[in-house]
Amino acid sequence: MDLTLKIWRQKNSQDYGGFKTYEVKDITPDTSFLEMMDILNDNLEKSNDDPVHFDHDCREGICGMCSMFINGRPHGPQQGITTCQLHMRSFKDGDMITIEPWRAKPFPVIKDLVVDRTAFDRIIQAGGFISVGTGGVPDANEIPIPARVSNEAMDAAQCIGCGACVAACKNASAMLFVAAKVSHLALLPQGEVESKERAEQMVEQMDEEGFGSCTNTGACSAECPKGISLEHIARLNREYYFAKQSSENLPVEDEVHGS
Amino acid sequence: MQLDAKIPEGPLDEKWSKHKFNIKLVNPANKRKYDIIVVGTGLAGSSAAASLAELGYNVKSFCFQDSPRRAHSIAAQGGINAAKNYQNDGDSVFRLFYDTIKGGDYRSREANVYRLSEVSVNIIDQCVAQGVPFAREYGGLLANRSFGGAQVSRTFYARGQTGQQLLLGAYSALSRQIAAGKVTMHTRTEMLDVVLVDGQARGIVTRNLITGKIESHGAHAVVLATGGYGNVFFLSTNAMGSNASAAWRAHKKGALFANPCFTQIHPTCIPVSGHYQSKLTLMSESLRNDGRVWVPKSAMKGLTASEAVNVSEDDRDYYLERRYPSFGNLVPRDVASRNAKIVCDEGRGVGPTGLAVFLDFADAIKRDGKETIKSKYGNLFDMYKQITGDNPYEVPMMIYPAVHYTMGGLWVDYNLMTNVPGLYATGECNFSDHGANRLGASALMQGLADGYFVIPYTIGDYLAKSGHDKVSTDNEAFREAEERITQNIDKLLHCKGSRTVDDFHKLLGHIMWDKCGMSRSAESLKQAKTEIQALRKEYWEDVNVIGVNEELNMTLEKALRVGDFFELAELMVDDALNRNESCGGHFREEYQTEEGEALRDDQNYAYGACWEYKGPDKPETLHKEELIFENVKLTQRSYK
Ligand SMILES: Cc1cc2nc3c(=O)[nH]c(=O)nc-3n(C[C@H](O)[C@H](O)[C@H](O)COP(=O)(O)OP(=O)(O)OC[C@H]3O[C@@H](n4cnc5c(N)ncnc54)[C@H](O)[C@@H]3O)c2cc1C
Ligand code: SF4
Ligand code: FES
Repeated sequence: MDLTLKIWRQKNSQDYGGFKTYEVKDITPDTSFLEMMDILNDNLEKSNDDPVHFDHDCREGICGMCSMFINGRPHGPQQGITTCQLHMRSFKDGDMITIEPWRAKPFPVIKDLVVDRTAFDRIIQAGGFISVGTGGVPDANEIPIPARVSNEAMDAAQCIGCGACVAACKNASAMLFVAAKVSHLALLPQGEVESKERAEQMVEQMDEEGFGSCTNTGACSAECPKGISLEHIARLNREYYFAKQSSENLPVEDEVHGS
Repeated sequence: MQLDAKIPEGPLDEKWSKHKFNIKLVNPANKRKYDIIVVGTGLAGSSAAASLAELGYNVKSFCFQDSPRRAHSIAAQGGINAAKNYQNDGDSVFRLFYDTIKGGDYRSREANVYRLSEVSVNIIDQCVAQGVPFAREYGGLLANRSFGGAQVSRTFYARGQTGQQLLLGAYSALSRQIAAGKVTMHTRTEMLDVVLVDGQARGIVTRNLITGKIESHGAHAVVLATGGYGNVFFLSTNAMGSNASAAWRAHKKGALFANPCFTQIHPTCIPVSGHYQSKLTLMSESLRNDGRVWVPKSAMKGLTASEAVNVSEDDRDYYLERRYPSFGNLVPRDVASRNAKIVCDEGRGVGPTGLAVFLDFADAIKRDGKETIKSKYGNLFDMYKQITGDNPYEVPMMIYPAVHYTMGGLWVDYNLMTNVPGLYATGECNFSDHGANRLGASALMQGLADGYFVIPYTIGDYLAKSGHDKVSTDNEAFREAEERITQNIDKLLHCKGSRTVDDFHKLLGHIMWDKCGMSRSAESLKQAKTEIQALRKEYWEDVNVIGVNEELNMTLEKALRVGDFFELAELMVDDALNRNESCGGHFREEYQTEEGEALRDDQNYAYGACWEYKGPDKPETLHKEELIFENVKLTQRSYK
């Protein structure tokens, strides 16, 4: 199939940036979306033009590196997959495809489609862990955990930190990402001990990074490649609410995040 | 050069505890006077960085991705082994040790492998304490499965995302230490050289991938945890950025590279579908528990999966079941891969390229019902459909072997130190534990064993003896390294040739796959060597690297890595040529039994082949680490 691509080009974080249009020809349906981009870049390099920069690594939907906003949707038209898992059989001959970077203030563009997502790392550093050091821990089977609970924790733990939830949200809120981690750890007996402080600290960091507030539109969960559910946001709010009530660190305000 | 593996004295099962007692300790108050560089944030790197920081050392951690959480370990699916014997099925530290030594076809070091098995049990405890949501039974205890042909159930798993969950656990421990100020994290930073001062590793030189800035970092010791080099072959199951550069640069600074020709080809990957293909996707090994592997008895060119359904039983050859009646479809990886190649070489391969065999679930679905199969493999079936467009519930899958893991790597002693004082190598980038073939679910185990439980002890011994003077990055050695890197980059940018980096990388990959891949012969290897040399020359004359150094330039990143792959590829070929035997993943056509199985030569080749760099375009010198087996008896593997 032959396609027209309208792609966001931006030299660096200072540059204004703008769309440029390219043509690619004879793309087969078995080609993955990123391989289609490879073909474009090969053509560009062969005519001495700067290739389109985009993040990617595993190309199998697990590292969370790829991040393209395709035809107005993070990770493209198909639900439940990442950009690298998208194949060209989802498009048809003659299509025009618009490709942009994630758009959110806390994710500044580095170049073309590459954005800076280190804000997510800083949120994890604020409390997205269980405070245990190496060694001196109990036997793994000492605390039984019902399969139902560990399954639910696993559902939340599947988050790949891609940022599609933020890109999908009109407020650029990172609630789903934060909720996934808070929920994963709060559900497990090992993580439950610190769950309130964790929620409090991670939310505080999220605000500091400039992510918007959550108004419960659910766009995040709908576009999440790992299907992280909104229930986790409800759990985060619960943890956060109790944390706030008992906290000495936080100023008491109304429900900070809307819901 | 005298190679000393520093294996502690005493009985096998006491070596590690005695050694831990005998090594020198750094006094807690002094630990903060030491800086340690850890390159890589996969399982091996994150676990080491976090554990060392917890002990009180100052750690500088590096990765080329935008976040430590994205290291290639994240992609591991199947699971992690540990000798917990929770299933009471006869597992033990000794059995895991024995299986690993035998699976590696007797080309690894007993003492290291035994320690690996010993600490495997601590890993699971550690991960559970961090919140890794392993699969559990209804009673709430941890679930296990058997994996990779093991006769006991010792594999722990988190759905099909075990690597992800283990890495996120290590990443969370690392994040905690970053927050505590004990780890300084450098993301989107690529290490391009290691720096030696007075013969000791005292730092590294890096390139900031966003600004292009070349920078020096000093330390008292350097740990490389930079992963494997499977991408020499261009197509592999590794992530796109996986590379050999860090290990290779260390090699050029004097670290020995051991057994480079030992690569693992995984039998169940989705076949290549076109020349634009950028990577190969692994389908978990567990599929062979229920899928039956077959090709037509006589060639049926271009046979598709939907046509396969109509091929009668009489016309099918279930070749693994036929040749290996006792193991059938569950033979080890190297055996399964080689047999797929044999039937395809006979012209009986299927699909548009003829380089594929069927993995058929029709019988399993008939026997157990669709729902049961779905509950076991649902996510894999979906993934397969997503990539190929075929529905494996209705038609057989097509699979073909692909490069997956590299057993070779930097030579290390029992302490995981290379022969360069102060330079350590952990995880897939060292050569230590898997011999000539790695068993399933044991790479994750090794990465975490090295990082959580070995290096935190052994590095202290070195530091306690070496003193804590700081090194200045104004030192000549740093300047020189920086300069050489800048020259290298300039050379690539000014080449302005006519072909892309990928063009060259693909050609190199073809040479390696055809001539130094699943089977090798003296003849094919000699051809490979000439072709690699010629192509490498063309590379430096005719590559076209667009853009400048001073901004994000992914073409330049690739160009630097491919430059190193060329040199490593040649060493792989030399090593394969030197090893006149077949063992594990290394199959030399000249050395096979009458039945076509690998023929080892324990008399002459029971050694680790350790190569010493001698300068550009000079042949490398071989040093042998003789392997001494005191606790296992060397036998020919048989899966008939
Ligand atoms: C698809 C797939 C599935 C697998 N499944 C399993 C499984 O089920 N069980 C199992 O045991 N094993 C499995 N393996 C193997 C296992 O995942 C790897 O061997 C292991 O994770 C390697 O870990 P590592 O820490 O050594 O390196 P990696 O995880 O590869 O990490 C390398 C790190 O080094 C950094 N790095 C590399 N070069 C540089 C440089 N020059 N400068 C700076 N940083 C650098 C990278 O940024 C990264 O952080 C699988 C492998 C693949 C490909
Ligand atoms: S919650 Fe979903 S969309 Fe958001 S970062 Fe995690 S995986 Fe990506
Ligand atoms: S490249 Fe890893 S998730 Fe897409």
